[in-house]
Amino acid sequence: MATLYIDNKPYDPGTGKNLLEACLSLGLDVPYFCWHPSLGSVGACRQCAVKVYKDADDKKGRIIMSCMEPVTDNQRISINDVEAKEFREHVVEWLMTNHPHDCAVCDEGGSCHLQDMTVMTGHNYRHYTYKKRTYQNQYLGPFINHEMNRCIQCYRCVRFYKDYAGGKDLDAFASRNQVYFGRHEPGTLESEFSGNLAEVCPTGVFTDKTLKEHYTRKWDLTTAPSICQHCSLGCNTIAGERYGELRSITNRYHGKVNGYFLCDRGRFGYGFVNAEGRIRKPRVNEVETDKQQAIDAVRQAIVGQRVIGIGSPRASLQANFVLKALVGEDHFYHGVSDNTHNLGELVIKILKEGPVRTPSMKEVESADAVLVLGEDLTNTAPMLALSVRQSVRQQPLKHAAASNIAPWNDAAAREFIQEEKGPLYIATVHTTKLDDVATRTYRAAPDEIARLGFAVAHFINPAAPGVNNLSEAEVELAQHIAQKLLEAKQPVVISGTSCESEHIVRAAANVAWALHEKNKQTGIVLTLPESNSMGLALMGGHRLHSALDAILNQHADTVIIMENDLYRHGPASMVDEFLKTCRKVIVLDHTQTPTTDKARIVIPSGTFAESDGVLVNNEGRAQRFFQVYESTDVIQESWRWLLTIGAAIDHPRLTKWKNFEDITKALAQEEPLLKGVDHITPPASFRMAGGQRIPRESHRYSGRTSMNAAINVSEPKPPEDPDSSLSYTMEGYRGLAPSQMIPFFWSPGWNSIQSVNKYQDEVGHSLRDGDPGVRLLEPRGTKATYFIGIPEQFVPRKGHLMAVHLHHIYGSEELSAWSPAVATRIPQPYVLLNPVDAEERNLKADDTFNFDIEDQAYAMPVKISPDMPQGVAGLPYGLAGLPYVECPSWCILKTNMSWKKEVYTP
Amino acid sequence: MFSILRSLWITCMHMFHKRETIQYPEEKIKLATRWRGRIVLTRDPDMGERCVGCYLCAAACPVDCISLQATEDENGRRYPEFFRINFSRCIFCGYCEEACPTYAIQLIPDFEMGEYNRQNLVYEKKDLLINGEGKYPGYNYYKVAGLAIGGKGKGEAENEEVPVDVKSLLP
Repeated sequence: MATLYIDNKPYDPGTGKNLLEACLSLGLDVPYFCWHPSLGSVGACRQCAVKVYKDADDKKGRIIMSCMEPVTDNQRISINDVEAKEFREHVVEWLMTNHPHDCAVCDEGGSCHLQDMTVMTGHNYRHYTYKKRTYQNQYLGPFINHEMNRCIQCYRCVRFYKDYAGGKDLDAFASRNQVYFGRHEPGTLESEFSGNLAEVCPTGVFTDKTLKEHYTRKWDLTTAPSICQHCSLGCNTIAGERYGELRSITNRYHGKVNGYFLCDRGRFGYGFVNAEGRIRKPRVNEVETDKQQAIDAVRQAIVGQRVIGIGSPRASLQANFVLKALVGEDHFYHGVSDNTHNLGELVIKILKEGPVRTPSMKEVESADAVLVLGEDLTNTAPMLALSVRQSVRQQPLKHAAASNIAPWNDAAAREFIQEEKGPLYIATVHTTKLDDVATRTYRAAPDEIARLGFAVAHFINPAAPGVNNLSEAEVELAQHIAQKLLEAKQPVVISGTSCESEHIVRAAANVAWALHEKNKQTGIVLTLPESNSMGLALMGGHRLHSALDAILNQHADTVIIMENDLYRHGPASMVDEFLKTCRKVIVLDHTQTPTTDKARIVIPSGTFAESDGVLVNNEGRAQRFFQVYESTDVIQESWRWLLTIGAAIDHPRLTKWKNFEDITKALAQEEPLLKGVDHITPPASFRMAGGQRIPRESHRYSGRTSMNAAINVSEPKPPEDPDSSLSYTMEGYRGLAPSQMIPFFWSPGWNSIQSVNKYQDEVGHSLRDGDPGVRLLEPRGTKATYFIGIPEQFVPRKGHLMAVHLHHIYGSEELSAWSPAVATRIPQPYVLLNPVDAEERNLKADDTFNFDIEDQAYAMPVKISPDMPQGVAGLPYGLAGLPYVECPSWCILKTNMSWKKEVYTP
Repeated sequence: MFSILRSLWITCMHMFHKRETIQYPEEKIKLATRWRGRIVLTRDPDMGERCVGCYLCAAACPVDCISLQATEDENGRRYPEFFRINFSRCIFCGYCEEACPTYAIQLIPDFEMGEYNRQNLVYEKKDLLINGEGKYPGYNYYKVAGLAIGGKGKGEAENEEVPVDVKSLLP
């Protein structure tokens, strides 16, 4: 055990850290700017100076930068030494010489690291009497605001944006004391992780532009721990509300899942909660009614009728479970296409019955070889792409460590590594943003990607089935990948459902299983389409197509559709027929969709911000999101609406459940694959010391005797939360909350998000009492039976193209597309072709291309890319208005449009 | 005996002293300018709203009787979209005035705010905003802040250099 003496007190600092990390981990305050736990140290800001002594007899010592000094045994340092303190005070004064007098109009104020550090070092008056330097700002797109005058030149922004996230369009310009951080010209920041600049920047240069639209200080937000709803990764977020409107999403540190960062879809996709298209009142026969009339209408519609229920992959476990209980197990259908349903079951089979464990995103970061099969991660699971980007540094970092360069010593490590990258292989239909760090890429039709995967598995372990008719180049590539995966200590195979191909997922499983026989550290990560796709798949239920059959064959006559737009999961003709044949259609949803337009009864359910629930992410980690605020309208959770309906019809099971906890307990008991979800958070009766709840509001929360005074000067009783131990007020326990229930990060003297270090057991490690969430899927199997059934070689057909879906971070996901900021980044519908295919059909870019896929006719503008495989056409996935089509499927090319069909034109 | 007469004398002499009682409301009391009474929002010398919606007054308020929402005009100048003080809660402590970085919110020597209906004690921005600078004339926050607003570009505030030419590498 090493001993570190800080101000003559002995501490155990742990190993492998620098002095700054060690001091912060021990709970001591050392000010810093340029150091960041994920970005490492560069020693640029000179703020973290401490004194180090040679030995116990050394009284003079010398000043060093604590972030650049490794901890050694029996080291003696002093944080409180007068000279060190004076040094730090001077440094912050220098940094502040040009800082504008802006705090009152700065969005960072109140959660500003620069404010905190200035106060911490004790600097208060400006002695510098000369003029302040100024800069012109740039327009950086709909997400991020730029105010360059506030910059203190710590370089964190470019280190995150370029070095960590692989962005190309943010850099440092100019020289000496005029260094400028921005783009080469004003324009939208291209990186999908640009929102993190608002948190990485220690001051207000980069701030959240969507928050600026309805600006609220951090202390005035009512916040609750939440889970991102916009992909299957389940990143932890903090959602903040003010005046009945959701105002911001910030990162909630999770040591295993999302670490310190979020993607822009997750951070800026919250606008759908406040959108114009929200359903705020119940509607019966297109007439707005009140709660009681809506319940009466539902009661009439379902009593004595044969009712079926359609669940949703974007609704919580609780909502799906209560619907299942209401309609009965035999009448509960997953509201996803049959192919997605099959893929979900396949994923669970692989993770549950196979021998290979699925690692968390943090573990992917430390993988030393990665194979990606079929997923354009940046667009389908953005934060996983960020993890993969870190994984290519693992092998080079080991080489650097061999030359005595610690991984936290960022500048030195990068200098040593230069362009060296660890093995990363990407096989996708089209280019991806990760290609720039990939060792080799392979672009082909989905079946070809699967064949490559099967071939790799075979070369790793000949027991896995082999592939016929591979070209020489493919054999060479497969062998190369197999060899590199075998050499790795911690290889990870990543695949998912975005190609909608079972073959690809099976191929990925074969590779992982083949590797597992040689290396037990192998991992497999499979991404899914939506936030609770995994939870829904774990819950059991019938296919959507059988719901259609049940209605068409008169086995049922009323349907309850919950938080689901069926037009996103089935062809329009099928859904139209389904909804027309149903005698009564009841829809619970929060946002206006084509499905709610056709419903007889529409019930306004709550979004994630107005609901409690549990989601299961692609890792099988069940995580709880908490209600942020009580909605003022009749809006409530879907499951609460269903409980109310259950009470109205005297349902034998639903009447027994009163709140969130009752449902969760029943859920954990009845669903064998969801055992343990009732232990994710302490029960609602849990109280902190002295029987106190955990407040959603900070102790500085303002305006509570005034915000509603315009309506009525007598203040209403604050709402009570029957479902959790959080309170809706500022009263309650002020210490550290249990890690599952941290509504906001704050510590005395640490107002900014950097205060998270006070909540971690060690800087950059787990939260104090363990990272939240329960993993439901651990591999049971020890030996795998390889998948057989390798697809045939893909051969382009004359007069046909194979249509595949291309995913977009903005637009492919349903809910975030409703957010005004995200909406500005959604691409126009297009069809992407290879130049050879385009030329064959006499098409140039932007020409209209007519084709049919199954019953649907399209007339779409053409885009041409040489990276698109020949014989394949790419269609954007999930854009609003674009008709659903199951891909991959053959599209038939037309010369003239058939007059009978409705043609989709963007 | 003497002391009784003396006391009577002193007491009677009070009849000729200057009266401490004033005939309120016919007669008004004179209050010091520092007196903490009704709260107003002032304007800067250019008659622009001084309040920039920084929320510091609301945070400082011990009874949480101030609520507001900041917004921005098309030139980036911040101002409160609404600004509400619930005077039925206000304790006239003056912390809001101390907290205000722009001298916008000020307590003035006026206490005549009685109402029969408590709801009338809720003051909105239109009730609070005056057409004057109040106790602190001459101060204009945007003249010292680095933020560009309409009529004041970067480098045009007091004590500012002209904006850096990013393309120049001259020493």
